[in-house]
Amino acid sequence: MAKVTIDGHTIEVPDGTTILNAARMIGGNIVPPAMCYYSPLKGSGGKCRTCLVEVSKGSEKDPRPMPKLVASCSTPVMDGMEVKNTSSPRTLEARKGVVEFLLINHPLDCPVCDQAGECHLQDLAFEHGAAKTRYEFDRRTFDKIDIGPYIKLHMTRCILCYRCVYTADQITGSRMHGVMKRGDASEISTYIEKAIDNDFSGNVIDVCPVGALTDKTFRFKSRVWYTKPLDAHRECDKCCGKAVLWNVGDEIYRVTARKDQYGEAEEFICNTCRFEKKSMSDWIVEGPRKIDRHSVISANKYFEPVPEHTPLLNKA
Amino acid sequence: MQPLTNRSKLVVQKEMTFMERIYLPAILKGMAITLSHFFKKKNTVQYPEVQRPIAPVYRGKHVLKRDEQGRERCTACGLCAVACPAEAITMVAAERTKGEENLYREEKYAAVYEINQLRCIFCGLCEEACPKEAIFLTDVITPVETTRKEFVYGKDKLVEPLNQRIDVSKRQSWRMPEQQS
Repeated sequence: MAKVTIDGHTIEVPDGTTILNAARMIGGNIVPPAMCYYSPLKGSGGKCRTCLVEVSKGSEKDPRPMPKLVASCSTPVMDGMEVKNTSSPRTLEARKGVVEFLLINHPLDCPVCDQAGECHLQDLAFEHGAAKTRYEFDRRTFDKIDIGPYIKLHMTRCILCYRCVYTADQITGSRMHGVMKRGDASEISTYIEKAIDNDFSGNVIDVCPVGALTDKTFRFKSRVWYTKPLDAHRECDKCCGKAVLWNVGDEIYRVTARKDQYGEAEEFICNTCRFEKKSMSDWIVEGPRKIDRHSVISANKYFEPVPEHTPLLNKA
Repeated sequence: MQPLTNRSKLVVQKEMTFMERIYLPAILKGMAITLSHFFKKKNTVQYPEVQRPIAPVYRGKHVLKRDEQGRERCTACGLCAVACPAEAITMVAAERTKGEENLYREEKYAAVYEINQLRCIFCGLCEEACPKEAIFLTDVITPVETTRKEFVYGKDKLVEPLNQRIDVSKRQSWRMPEQQS
């Protein structure tokens, strides 16, 4: 076990835990944002640099501070380590710079993008970014690519977090989807637009933190904040069948996996559940999904909080 | 009981005098007041022949602007509708197909865009929320209709006609002077 202090909060975590996961165990606003790290995917993280934190004390044995900011998603904690996230102006300054870099090639077509409203880059830029860009050159552009009949790839919006590549590697059996070229020119590709035909390929939509990979069955149909999320499940022989339905009235506009507060899918769902079951008779609805009150998804919706154990329900 | 203010008056039911009982002086007094109004300046105007001057930033009927090349600016992002406190705006988006580049500016456009003028409170929040400078409130007063249905304005009534462009530069005060065109 290792004792680590993050922004003044001390917690004991198992050896080998990363700073980011230790911060998530504490919770609250000291958790560094993460664009590329995705806990269900092995090897993810270390790409986007938004989770940079300052380590002001390396460990009990070697109390020297770390010279540079470290990526909290891939740095394991040491006993006695002291980490500064929101309490360090250096971190906040660096994060602002990282956001500016991520937005350099981002088209900022949020009014058109289907991800708007649940986009992590939007949240990140809103919380940490500068209001104006200093970039004066043309942004890199790519043509839109259809990955199979259900997924659309907008390479211009991609921030190269590699989450979808890891998903294709680890969740779906065979790898058909990767990153080609290098640096500024690197590009998510399906090896000459070869269709991903795998039962779990739709999960790349859920793991994408931006609107680079979007659901073609939901394309431009509605905005996220007009749809009402419902927890629902169905009997599925391929996956767990637990999903979130995004409804307008009784019509299912979109089906996604259930995501936790860090936007990570609790369980991946198969393509049949995601794309083909769009009728209310296919699903058993459990109830409205709890959405953070500050999210735009709960804008203009007034949910009445239902107590979990009402005496009436217990009697029946 | 303790009076709340000192303006309260005690009501007494006293017997009316003879002069009050014949009512004639009171009637004459009232007629005199009415007659005097014939010679005073009128407070009303003969609308629609005469119209009152309105403020340059008057918030009247909405317009969906086109850009310099005549393409519709609205991209159906839905921010006006989410900002609308009266929930008067609804829209349905559609994807621009090949050959429609001269009609719509962005790859997505509003196929249906409706404002219910009966619900609208003309607060101007839609205009403030719009990221594409597409919707503006004009100095046109919403005309009277005879049925409720007619107050739901669709794109036919909202999009500015190509040959009659509507100047909204007075409502773009946030723009820097050199940007104004």
